[in-house]
Amino acid sequence: MKHIDIVIRSALLAVLVAAGDGLAAGGERDLPEANINVFDTAAVQRGVRLFVDYCSGCHSAQYMRYKRLAQDLGYSDEEILAALAPPGARIGDAMTVAARVEDTRTWFGIPPPDLSLVARIRGTDWLMGYLEGFYRDPERPHGWNNIVFENTSMPNPLWALQGIQEPVFEEHANGDGTTTRRVVGVKTGTPGALDAAGFHGKIRDLVTFLAYLGEPARLERHPLGKWVILYLVVFALFAWLLKHEYWRDVE
Amino acid sequence: MTRPASSIARNLRALGEWLDYRLPISSFWHDHMAGYFAPKNFNFWYYFGSLALLVLVIQIGSGIYLTMNYKPSAAEAFASVEYIMRDVEWGWLIRYMHSTGASAFFIVVYLHMFRGIIYGSHRSPRELIWIIGMLIYLVLMAEAFMGYVLPWGQMSYWGAQVIISLFGAIPQVGDALVEWIRGDYFVSDVTLNRFFALHVVALPLALLALVVVHIAALHQVGSNNPDGIEIKVRKDAAGRPLDGIPFHPYYTVKDIFGVAVFLLLFAFVIFYAPELGGLFLEPDNFIPADPLVTPPHIVPVWYFTPFYAILRAVPDKLTGVVLMGLAIAVLFFLPWLDRSRVRSIRYKGWQSKLLVVLFGISFFRLGMLGMGEGTTGQTIESRLWTFVYFAFFILLPFVTKYEKTRTPPERVTGGH
Repeated sequence: MKHIDIVIRSALLAVLVAAGDGLAAGGERDLPEANINVFDTAAVQRGVRLFVDYCSGCHSAQYMRYKRLAQDLGYSDEEILAALAPPGARIGDAMTVAARVEDTRTWFGIPPPDLSLVARIRGTDWLMGYLEGFYRDPERPHGWNNIVFENTSMPNPLWALQGIQEPVFEEHANGDGTTTRRVVGVKTGTPGALDAAGFHGKIRDLVTFLAYLGEPARLERHPLGKWVILYLVVFALFAWLLKHEYWRDVE
Repeated sequence: MTRPASSIARNLRALGEWLDYRLPISSFWHDHMAGYFAPKNFNFWYYFGSLALLVLVIQIGSGIYLTMNYKPSAAEAFASVEYIMRDVEWGWLIRYMHSTGASAFFIVVYLHMFRGIIYGSHRSPRELIWIIGMLIYLVLMAEAFMGYVLPWGQMSYWGAQVIISLFGAIPQVGDALVEWIRGDYFVSDVTLNRFFALHVVALPLALLALVVVHIAALHQVGSNNPDGIEIKVRKDAAGRPLDGIPFHPYYTVKDIFGVAVFLLLFAFVIFYAPELGGLFLEPDNFIPADPLVTPPHIVPVWYFTPFYAILRAVPDKLTGVVLMGLAIAVLFFLPWLDRSRVRSIRYKGWQSKLLVVLFGISFFRLGMLGMGEGTTGQTIESRLWTFVYFAFFILLPFVTKYEKTRTPPERVTGGH
């Protein structure tokens, strides 16, 4: 019976760990890993610049305050306001958007979503794939489609950097004589200001910022966690010794 | 000359005596801690009772702090949770303690219940402890469900929609009942408000009261143990059970060690994996609730998925709901379904052991299938494990009655 106990114990632990891992990977199976690091402050700094230049015209980050950005990214309040905020914004303000919801609804069909939590909803792998996955599609209202998110309402804001990608089709016989065309990939069409590696680096910076934006507390909890766990290991050790001491007189 | 230290000690003792004369402090301590004899052979499985109590305290403590900043209104709830996560000092820690605590509660409670099943802790004279425990489990499910609605994300909203609509399957009164629960024609601000009231006041009170009764009933008859034999049968000259040890200090120090190990795992999740890959916090719940957009894939949190899988395994809604309810209700009857001469799995036959293992696997597999998208393959497998789940309860009376058991020892074995 003792052996069974041990087996069950180990199995429980293994299952817990495996379940966590498996599901984390499950949602984003076809996409390459984004491999971003929110502790790379330089990347987050570059990312927030890209965000302000290319995203924040339409997308808000309504739960993020300029003050928090200044603190976490090592800028002074004045630097943040001068570099990132619209005129008249105050340091305690959130990163809301200038465009009106009614306007954006007219322009895109749906208002562009707030991006505060987009990294927690979609995951960073998806965001990388999405932001690099735009291609020309004359059938779409604004001329863009996306390999990761079919028929997306968003046009490619970064086309000047990336260039214009063209779809790669695969013909598919339906059996009744007709064929269906399916987009299976993208290829470079018109080159942009950056080469593929350079553009990939930019997107990584942007996604690093979005990951930070999704949960700024991560910058606190990771470093703190080490000490909490170290403390608990020492505590558990002493607790075990205490238990052992008391239980010596139990035959 | 009086020394100040002894005067303080004397005064403290006097105060203690003053209090003890007016409140049953030392007798309570004796009856439930220092003079409560527990079997000395408790093993790993016996940590989860005290851990459940610890998690309850964590939930109440963190919950109070969350309430200080949370806004129970459809317009503000989602934003107030993000406010807690970003702008409230240590808010992220409090929130993750609470969200991780919810899942930890179910992990601990499921293990605690499984312990009861394998060692026959629900058998006479402890049936009432089991029934009160089941009531705790029911209230806990309601508490967790309503708590999950409060962040007002997409999964909060649509999970609530789906689960409340299950009551609509009841003939005649279904629709009226659903409306009564929601307080509206759809899940709305009204629903959120009443769920908040129930989650932070009514259900925690019920939980606390039931926990007190659960422990009172336990201390009335005494604890079972992995051998499933009564330690009260053999006593020394002073009337103390030979195989019993005072709960305090022996099990208090042992449980402190259990608490330390639990907190290690708990802290690991809080600090490094608070979403636990979408199991503890679902990605879709970071999208604010939108009554106009149904998510493509609505699943409850992991602790409800075994029952959700049973629900989905049945094509007919009413039958599915009934079967799901039965899956929980049948647990109440476990003390009478087990008719073995012995309590503990240790001395039962291989047939019982096989049944328990299959039951454990079925519950686990159903839990995993309930998280799936409900493909045909998953539905068919869910049916198989639903069958196994119920087969456990149907076969149990016969298997335990007729299988060959071994005679338990007269004194407890193992432990430490």
